[in-house]
Amino acid sequence: MHSSGFNVLWLQGGSCGGCTMAALEHGAGGWFAALETFGINLLWHPSVSEATAGDAIAVFDDIAGGRLPLHALVLEGSVLRGPNGTGRFNMVAGTGRSLFDWIKLLAPRADYVVAVGSCAAFGGVPAASTNPTDASGLQYLDTELGGALGAGFRSRRGLPVVNVAGCAPHPGWIMETLAALALGDLAASDLDMYGRPKFYADHLAHHGCARNEFYEFKASAEALSERGCLMEHLGCKATQAVGDCNQRAWNGGGSCTHGGFACIACTSPGFESGRNYLETAKLAGIPVGLPLDMPKAWFVALAALSKSATPRRVRANATADHIVAPPAGGGGRRKP
Amino acid sequence: MRRITVGPFNRVEGDLEVKLDIDDGAVVSAQVTAPLYRGFEQILEGRPALDALTLAPRICGICSVSQSMAAAAALRAVEGLAPAENGTLAANTAHAAENAADHLTHFYIFFMPDFARDLYRERSWYGLIAERFTAMHGACVAEVLPARARLLEIMGILAGKWPHSLAFQPGGTTRAIDLGERMRLLAIIADFRSFLERVVFDDTLEAVLALDSAEALDRWRDGRGGDFARFLTLADDLALDSIGRGSAPLMSYGAYHGNAAPLFAAGVLDVTTMMRETLDIGTIVEDVSHAWMQSGPGAPALSETRPDPEKPDGYSWSKAPRLAGRPVEVGALARQVIDGHPLIVDLLRRTGANVKTRVIARLIETARLADAMETWVKAFRLREPFCHRPARRAEGAGVGLVEAARGSLGHWIELSGDRIRRYQIIAPTTWNFSPRDASGVPGPLEQALVGTSVGAEGAASVAVQHVVRSFDPCMVCTAH
Repeated sequence: MHSSGFNVLWLQGGSCGGCTMAALEHGAGGWFAALETFGINLLWHPSVSEATAGDAIAVFDDIAGGRLPLHALVLEGSVLRGPNGTGRFNMVAGTGRSLFDWIKLLAPRADYVVAVGSCAAFGGVPAASTNPTDASGLQYLDTELGGALGAGFRSRRGLPVVNVAGCAPHPGWIMETLAALALGDLAASDLDMYGRPKFYADHLAHHGCARNEFYEFKASAEALSERGCLMEHLGCKATQAVGDCNQRAWNGGGSCTHGGFACIACTSPGFESGRNYLETAKLAGIPVGLPLDMPKAWFVALAALSKSATPRRVRANATADHIVAPPAGGGGRRKP
Repeated sequence: MRRITVGPFNRVEGDLEVKLDIDDGAVVSAQVTAPLYRGFEQILEGRPALDALTLAPRICGICSVSQSMAAAAALRAVEGLAPAENGTLAANTAHAAENAADHLTHFYIFFMPDFARDLYRERSWYGLIAERFTAMHGACVAEVLPARARLLEIMGILAGKWPHSLAFQPGGTTRAIDLGERMRLLAIIADFRSFLERVVFDDTLEAVLALDSAEALDRWRDGRGGDFARFLTLADDLALDSIGRGSAPLMSYGAYHGNAAPLFAAGVLDVTTMMRETLDIGTIVEDVSHAWMQSGPGAPALSETRPDPEKPDGYSWSKAPRLAGRPVEVGALARQVIDGHPLIVDLLRRTGANVKTRVIARLIETARLADAMETWVKAFRLREPFCHRPARRAEGAGVGLVEAARGSLGHWIELSGDRIRRYQIIAPTTWNFSPRDASGVPGPLEQALVGTSVGAEGAASVAVQHVVRSFDPCMVCTAH
């Protein structure tokens, strides 16, 4: 353990551990090397630290007692406040205290508080109806400010909770947020309206989607595994959900839409309340969820126009699972 | 006699607390607590049927593909659908990649760092092991994390991303693979094989897979580099085959199903007699006498999950699954023994289920998976579909049984009007880390901890850590 550097305590609440699993995928040299590059010192992390039982509790106590500086408190997973506000659905083993209690105790000690994943940010799947454990995010429940720490919470350096939303978030989102905090390079103005770092939240998941040509012509896939646009029939919310998912590789080259299934807007508060994720909700044949910043009438008019102009190749490929009509002419004119 | 509490119990997946009654420096009784309950089964009730494919994987970030596969299999059972053959091969490949990644994560990140602790400083192997396996700073992580990330590139191609993919559907997988992608997959699998041969085994996979007895393993180990041999050396020095002994029957649902027989066979095996028994899924019940859960019918096809935090005898959010009234141990050891792998069968016959045999079975299985993935990817028929379009059937019940890295995982679903009326999950660690049942019979870990010598260290006893981690528990799955 380093004595200097940017001290991070990483806790897991009502979590699936998936954010940690994503973080462990980070970087060509591995996550630990990347942390070291930025002087980030994991005081304790439930999955990777040697310190266990009493040694781990001593770290919590030292932070709570002000004897150990805490630069960032990271929470992965929702805060389970139930039953009846006791937090008993999520006791921190060996401490006799709930995670809810520990968060309230430790957050005021932290320069920054970081929610890793949509659970810690907004409540996530545990907060889905009927929310049996009264799960919440650190500073939001769904789109409502408040959460476990309260709407007015600001960490010691004056930031609201930094919400690295995503289920799971891209490993890069997690690492780059921590790195920016460690370098003192992340200000309130770098966060969007839900506290998400703009470096990924100022994009839509749709940007860079490999199905873009199909989107342009509204050439739609009708069933899973077909190559066309997933928006019209298969529930894709990439035009409404933030994320640079299609601009950077997941697992060496993937993304949800690349994998053949819809964006379910996992970076958005309340994504867990969705129904029929891989089916587009429609009213009178028109998708209900249209691109956020486009007037509906224009969208409908443009869609009709582009559908009428769809090249045969694009239309044929949209409902096939393999390319059945390659681009004509081989991409360049041959000399006779 | 004194009682100690061990927690937070880290380097396992999720939250775990263990209470031990100690007498004369040894554990006489153990009580295992899953201190986290999120309520997935309650959340799934009333949802549209296919939403299970979005929500159920999110039970667990370390075995989300397993959860997806179980959910898809349960829905498929309701629909009576046969998936596209390519989809089965692709799903099996992704599932094997996840399970292999889990075995690696367990060995290098969760399990081995305990041997780099100061208290082993006097052992002859300490210097090398500390240099290699110290948590976060040991030399191994610079090799293992990149190798793990590379292996999971299989997910980028077959499943879009990991964890939490929607690629696994009742009809197959959502991405049809082309020739270039097949080559990329084969290149990733070759890199994984090379990592195993270079770093883990210091030998060819063929040579490792040919090991067929305890003697052969001992001969092979002598003078060999590689992390498997390093483990075997310290395991013998510390007599890891004498701790964490289990006497519960071993169970496997069978793994990597397709149109033919599964890659690893299904069954039950009594470890005291080494006799195989038939696996009758219908005899599975979940006992809640010591869980913070309301009572109800124990059969997963009929029961519901309703928390009761004030239950007087409760000490865990985990229910206690029993097969024909008995606790069973699940995991790689069970899978490999029931499949009849000669090395693992021989080791089990000699020393039983213990810390050492559980770890060996995991590494041998990893080698087998590298082999199997290559076979499956080569078997894709690239011009044929990867996903069949299901004719949805909105009524009925189904069971999805798969093997996650940590053992047998089952999803029981009942649909009514295309909505989920009932959803019950029994995860591998629910079996292994179950609390006592109504007859007072402890779960497999509770049994395996009995007799563990804790010396003067009490709660800090590293032997307890070895025993618990030898099961590679996934607590987030356990109570879900």
